[in-house]
Amino acid sequence: MALSGIQIYKMLPQTNCKECGFPTCLAFAMKLAAKQVELDDCPYVTEESKTQLAESAAPPIRLVTLKGKAGEVQAGNEVVLFRHEKKFFNRPGVLIRMLDTEEPESISDKVKTASSYSVDYVGMELSIDGFAVEAASGDAATFATAVDTVRTATGLPLILVGSDSTVLAGGLDKLTGEAPLVLGADGSNWEAMTDLAAQHEAALGVKGESLEELAELTEKIKEKGVEDLVLYPAVRDMGTSLALNTQIRRLALKNFRPLGHPTIAFATNSGDPARESLLAAQALCKYAGFVVLDTFTPELIYPLLVLRENIYTDPQKPIQVQPSIYEINNPAPSDPVLVTTNFSITYFSVANEVEGAGLPAWLVVTDAEGMSVLTAWAAGKFDAERIAKTVKEFGVADKVDRKVIVLPGHTAVLSGELEEELPDWDVKVGPREAVDLPGYMKTVLT
Amino acid sequence: MPIDIPMDNWPGSVKTVTLGATSDQGGTRSSTVTIGGDQSLPFMHFEKPTANRPVIAMEIAPARPAEWSPVLLETWSEVVDDPGAWANACEEAGADLIVLQFGLKGAGDEPIAADLATSAVKTVLGATGLPLVVLGPGQAEIDNAILVPIADETKGERLVLGLCEDGNYRTIVASAMANDHLVLGRTPMDVNLAKQLNILMTDMGLPLDRIVMDPTTGALGYGIEYGYSVMERLRLAALQGDAMTQLPMMVNPGFETWKTKESKVGEGVPEAWGEWTERGVNWETLTAVSLIEAGANVVVLRHPDSLKRVRAAIDDLMAFETV
Repeated sequence: MALSGIQIYKMLPQTNCKECGFPTCLAFAMKLAAKQVELDDCPYVTEESKTQLAESAAPPIRLVTLKGKAGEVQAGNEVVLFRHEKKFFNRPGVLIRMLDTEEPESISDKVKTASSYSVDYVGMELSIDGFAVEAASGDAATFATAVDTVRTATGLPLILVGSDSTVLAGGLDKLTGEAPLVLGADGSNWEAMTDLAAQHEAALGVKGESLEELAELTEKIKEKGVEDLVLYPAVRDMGTSLALNTQIRRLALKNFRPLGHPTIAFATNSGDPARESLLAAQALCKYAGFVVLDTFTPELIYPLLVLRENIYTDPQKPIQVQPSIYEINNPAPSDPVLVTTNFSITYFSVANEVEGAGLPAWLVVTDAEGMSVLTAWAAGKFDAERIAKTVKEFGVADKVDRKVIVLPGHTAVLSGELEEELPDWDVKVGPREAVDLPGYMKTVLT
Repeated sequence: MPIDIPMDNWPGSVKTVTLGATSDQGGTRSSTVTIGGDQSLPFMHFEKPTANRPVIAMEIAPARPAEWSPVLLETWSEVVDDPGAWANACEEAGADLIVLQFGLKGAGDEPIAADLATSAVKTVLGATGLPLVVLGPGQAEIDNAILVPIADETKGERLVLGLCEDGNYRTIVASAMANDHLVLGRTPMDVNLAKQLNILMTDMGLPLDRIVMDPTTGALGYGIEYGYSVMERLRLAALQGDAMTQLPMMVNPGFETWKTKESKVGEGVPEAWGEWTERGVNWETLTAVSLIEAGANVVVLRHPDSLKRVRAAIDDLMAFETV
């Protein structure tokens, strides 16, 4: 955990020499605690204090960056156990596993399909982050060919999986200038794996069945100079996996350095896509830095990418759109005015429905502090007064000649008040769900 | 290297609530379901054993629910025309509980008549031995009109009656108290609103072990993160000893996900969304399992495949190897 100003002050010379630019050492310590100045600004701090302060300033979970030929993915730097305490920072990388025992053509096709996949979610393009290539064959030449095939088909970051460092070396040779993850080191091969990772400047995955085993290995590996480590707690069921990942996160946040690294979860080997998606979902919610899947299908990957986006949204800042009047399908003055809130999911649900149905409309988005219709209404952030104010602010009356305004169905109770606020408008109550808007517009509004 | 695992030692725990009553207990259920009793965050078996595993309720309607996704109506096929047959099919599929959800309208454009609603409840009770949750459409007048006679006619069954909301809990709570039933309180994704409703309901004299709370959630992609965090915060508050949050939680991933475009619509959607049925089941399953890990004690589902998958996940979460 970060040190307080007073704790830092005790490690400073306490001479108040002012050479750092502050009147007292205490003032400088306070600035240091707030991360507004650098320790190097103090000319007299001892080496011992420097080391101690540097350690306390290091993030509790080390940031590990995997780089491919094109693109990179990061994990680590997390500071909380629950997203509401602050937020989760680095979206876990989602990667698809390829076995080198598969035919190169087949590998190439699968990688190209998954690598080019992209899906729109509330205006954001979601996609996967890379691939894991596993040396299932145990043969260096076969593995090297597989890595080469994957690398030709995609530029995304890679994880090379195997237990024999000489086999993995052949794959690493194909990835010059990149920062892949080598997975991995265990109790029997860690020295050779550490040398291999160091030589190729790769991150190293560390596999262990227990926390003790993992912690012992990371300490030995760090002594040999490899610091970018990823923990792989190799367990079989969801209950144990949840417990271990929770324990690792708790220990890391208490500055237990041997486990202060991101984790990787393999939702593989089940042969059952349904189970795979559940294992991956748990990993996304509960602390994994990287998640590896066997199956790539849009119906499996799309919900997972959305889940990741949702869980990693900043709880203090709901995704919002600007309050305004939005034109959908080039509306004419005779087209209806629809009202909704500025929560982005709400906005996109409404806009996508109307746009998709090819129906022209004016969409008035009120400032509801980023809340959905029902939540904003309950919190008093979506009422007749606010709606009327927005209608006036954006000059909606000047854009239309048929003054029909449609309220969301959940807020039917607002219609009376809105009629009072906007006396020359025809206030209508629309459907409760956006998905029913096109039907409503076609039947009721025409 | 010996490691000192950080253990939470919580002063509080969630109340244990039993749904349904057998003939010995004054009801007609063949078995009861007990939820809650949590003494730690979900599935932290290394701290405290999980007292009662989360349970799965299946939602049915008194008549064919025309607004449901075609995927669901095709899957359940003709049983959706008969609530008794439907409840029975849910029991056979492995449900722990049945949720009978009344809509705003009956067969015509008018709300369902109280006597028809009561007979639908009796049909379901006759067709299944599982405990039953009966929910009105969430509009005070209709809820009161149907739930009061239902409560009277099923005295002693320990049904869960809802929805109790801020502006509409007195009649339902009084009716539940008079007839040995339980209630479901629903508040819109807010810790303080949930506490407040629980205070209001217990002030009427309803014991805490007869309340289940629905803190509400959004579906995956439609605000699940709000429901998820509110549930985590409610469970933390309960464990820290805040009595008015120490109630088991029930949420409705079935209703929430099957109204989203991803699940409801099969045509004219992006190719990147993938195959419709599997997408819908994944949408429901992921929402349910994420919320179970955030503290849900009951999830209400709609698709029988989701039931199987969520059941498998719960079994797997209850497994714990000493490592």
